[in-house]
Amino acid sequence: MDIFVTLIQVLDSTIRLATPLLLACLAGLYSERAGIFDIGLEGKMLMAAFFSAAVAAVTGSVWLGLLAGIASSLVLSGLHGLASITFRGNQLISGVAINFLASGLTVLIAQSWFKQGGRTPSLFGGGRFESAEFPYAIGPEDAELTGQPVSELMSDANSIHMVYSELLSGHSILVYVAFLMVPLTWWVLFRTRFGLRLRAVGENPAAVDTAGVSVVGLRFAAVAICGVLCGIAGAYLATALQAGFVKEMTAGRGFIALAALIFAKWRPWHAMWACLLFGLLQAIALRFQNIDLGGVVIPVQAMDALPYILTVVILAGFVGKAVPPRAGGEPYVKER
Amino acid sequence: MDKMPKWADVVLIPLISLILAAILSALVILAIGENPVEAVNLMVTGALGSTYGWGYTLYYATNFMFTGLAVAVAFHARLFNIGGEGQAMLGGLGVAIVCLYIPWPHWSIALLAACAASMLFGAAWAAIPAYLQAKRGSHIVITTIMFNFIAAAFLNYMLVNVMRPQGSQDPATARFPEAVHLPTFQSMFSTAENAVFKGAPANISFFVAILACFVVWALIWRTRLGYEIRAYGHSETGAVYAGISPVRITIVAMLISGALAGLMATNNVMGEAERLVLNSTEGAGFIGIAVALMGRSHPFGVFVAALLFGFLYQGGAELALWTSIPRELIVVIQALVILFTGALDNMVRMPLEKLFLGLRKGAE
Repeated sequence: MDIFVTLIQVLDSTIRLATPLLLACLAGLYSERAGIFDIGLEGKMLMAAFFSAAVAAVTGSVWLGLLAGIASSLVLSGLHGLASITFRGNQLISGVAINFLASGLTVLIAQSWFKQGGRTPSLFGGGRFESAEFPYAIGPEDAELTGQPVSELMSDANSIHMVYSELLSGHSILVYVAFLMVPLTWWVLFRTRFGLRLRAVGENPAAVDTAGVSVVGLRFAAVAICGVLCGIAGAYLATALQAGFVKEMTAGRGFIALAALIFAKWRPWHAMWACLLFGLLQAIALRFQNIDLGGVVIPVQAMDALPYILTVVILAGFVGKAVPPRAGGEPYVKER
Repeated sequence: MDKMPKWADVVLIPLISLILAAILSALVILAIGENPVEAVNLMVTGALGSTYGWGYTLYYATNFMFTGLAVAVAFHARLFNIGGEGQAMLGGLGVAIVCLYIPWPHWSIALLAACAASMLFGAAWAAIPAYLQAKRGSHIVITTIMFNFIAAAFLNYMLVNVMRPQGSQDPATARFPEAVHLPTFQSMFSTAENAVFKGAPANISFFVAILACFVVWALIWRTRLGYEIRAYGHSETGAVYAGISPVRITIVAMLISGALAGLMATNNVMGEAERLVLNSTEGAGFIGIAVALMGRSHPFGVFVAALLFGFLYQGGAELALWTSIPRELIVVIQALVILFTGALDNMVRMPLEKLFLGLRKGAE
């Protein structure tokens, strides 16, 4: 039973850790499918994490925080769009600049507003996203009623009830939003006219232009969607997964999301599985540190590096080939 | 016919971009309630007002020259090497192995060996992304980003599990032996009655960096290989038509780039820390991007831009010491420089081109 409990707990933490990856990964999916490479996912998440935590701390409302996070991420998206669509600059360099801008500005503003060494005050009560309890799930309320800790109630319950209470129930609403975004993204991209055009603009913008559809408009729309999703991802980090913003709190998640996107070969459902896999690696690394497999010890650093190594292997084309959208990274110049 | 005179492209555009970045930075300082003029004053006195300040400025500039040159060489072959950070980390590992496990009689031989080792390790770390780009078409930007993270994890493992001296809690190697300590500016330029650069980390590898600038200049503009690299960067199809192998150029350019980034370790690991610590590179690999962009990928430009960033780094540290402005201001300035000289280049360039075309028409 103990192994089962541990397994459920690891999977539960997998879902929590996969959520920001998934949101950022889908954000990158929209942008890159439209032909705009985005290595600034990390920066947008970080910016959103700070502004959501800051506004939630000041107003006490996590929903206002979420809006502020999305807005700040959208500003950076706009900058990326301006540089890479309007002025046809190098999208990769623009992404690098955005990452540094976010990394510097968040600490600068945090220090100026809160004077706590680049962090926001800790969030509590209405300043955080609370976990949603499903009906009949074991949660803090039951613990209060019976006077036993949740963990004890959990181990007394049967396995189905446990999976239901621990894995499915008890997450922040943003977790459910993230996972619902997967079918929604699939539907938008592959079943709507907008999605068809968005994918076309990433493969052959000239054809879209010939059809009389605005390439610039479509690309800006994609970049904006990317901004919104990164904003939610950042807000989740600072107001749901943790209680407040700390310096560099995204800790490379934007790049893991990018890795997951390549791993998934730019497809929504695969993106979900890739993010769950990378989330699982993080959860295992968090819980076990060094893993002893009958004499062979796998160091924790190997777990940390595994998402990146897997991505390089996939990129190398040894296990299936990852082919990015054809017009990705190239600014579109209309013929005169 | 060029749209603009060459001096405008080389000097005017970077200058305008820099001014734009400076104005925005000043606004940022104003927004957090500080006085930009005072801040600049503090930075100038802190970084350039004493030999101590200069010692730090030149130390940082040395780092940025190596990483800037690394990015610049790759840029000439139209490759964006974002992995300078990881390559410099591995260079540090090479330096540490050479300095710790071989008993050197004198620092000068040790420096030569450390240069060779750091270049070898840096180039090796760039080799896999280079091979994958050349042979399998994997995007160099993504693979080098991934290799930065892999390098960090690998170095963490080496320091915590392998190279840490017994009984030490600190994830770092032992101190390098006395014989391999590089001469600092203090010991080189101080006289008996007048001590200069006191306590500052600038050391002899500054001259290695200047030498590297000359070598890169000669390589890019005075050798056949340099010509091939530039030709390939200019037009791949043209280069192929001229019989230049894309695979060879991609790999060679990245190896040189990685070797230059690795060389940085002679400054920060061998010259300053005198042992290998976690995060010894402190983001210098990424600053190389800003330096190369601002320096227009020319070694002399890189030299000037590296000095400027050295000044910003030391000035920023002084600001953080004396005011409530945190060091991260420098990261913001760096981001703005990358943004304006790199991504928003056309925003400055297009109006200027129009202006010069108009001027020329007026003159005719």
